[in-house]
Amino acid sequence: MVLLTRKIEFAASHLYHNPNLSAEENRRIFGKCNNPHGHGHNYTLEVTVEGEPDPVTGMVLDLKELKEILEREVMQRMDHRHLNYEVAELAGQIPTCENIARVIWQLLEPKMTQGRLHRVRLYESPDLFVDCYRNGAVPAGKS
Amino acid sequence: MSNALKVELGRRYRFSASHRLHSPHLSEEENCRVFGKCNNPYGHGHNYVLEVSMSGDVDPATGMIANLADLDAFVERQVLEEFDHKSLNEDVPAFREKVPTTENLCMEIFQRLKAFPRAKLERIRVQETGNNSFEYAEENLEGNRP
Repeated sequence: MVLLTRKIEFAASHLYHNPNLSAEENRRIFGKCNNPHGHGHNYTLEVTVEGEPDPVTGMVLDLKELKEILEREVMQRMDHRHLNYEVAELAGQIPTCENIARVIWQLLEPKMTQGRLHRVRLYESPDLFVDCYRNGAVPAGKS
Repeated sequence: MSNALKVELGRRYRFSASHRLHSPHLSEEENCRVFGKCNNPYGHGHNYVLEVSMSGDVDPATGMIANLADLDAFVERQVLEEFDHKSLNEDVPAFREKVPTTENLCMEIFQRLKAFPRAKLERIRVQETGNNSFEYAEENLEGNRP
């Protein structure tokens, strides 16, 4: 099995607020992320696809196709958007790195025409990131 | 759907510390041969990068595996306060007996962080320089890896 990773970057704003909690609890749990006017990040997304290289093309999947999927599913939805108000898939969820990464996995997984989605890694900053992968996934080289 | 997915939180921290690689079980000559310039009697230092990976359920009320403020405070108390701007050999009791290689450092940090109450510690990665990094997990490292 071969793993292939493509990286993209997008910029978006968000805020953390749970309407079922009091204003005080929201401030205590979410701290400065609870600022009602929101704030933003430059997110870095790394998408890893697993598969066997096609004997004819030598590719796990066509990178151009992956680039188009990422453009359509992620960039158009999230780049320069407010994640709380403009991304339908995140409606009713706190747009934490965990939830955004999970939504991205759910958007991308059914769109993979060649290869299989292996990992989604989303960096909110260089020091904070979330990894999503299939529960019980077989590590590379052990299948 | 959420049960079919495993979600891990990764957080990076930085600390600077000095160390000297020297084993009392080896002769001066062997120490010099095995550890090279890392055996210099006055020690030397690194800017270490510590990467902590935690797994768990994403709480629907907060959208989080663990509150970062809790994780940061725990790592600060358990590791950074005792390691940052310290001599690993002189200031960290575990390294009075063990050579403070980054392999041993990973294992020591894992022991210090595995009691974090709000999520499961999956793995520790320590970068000694931009070119060297080490990883440790208590169970089979490959088994824990995505």
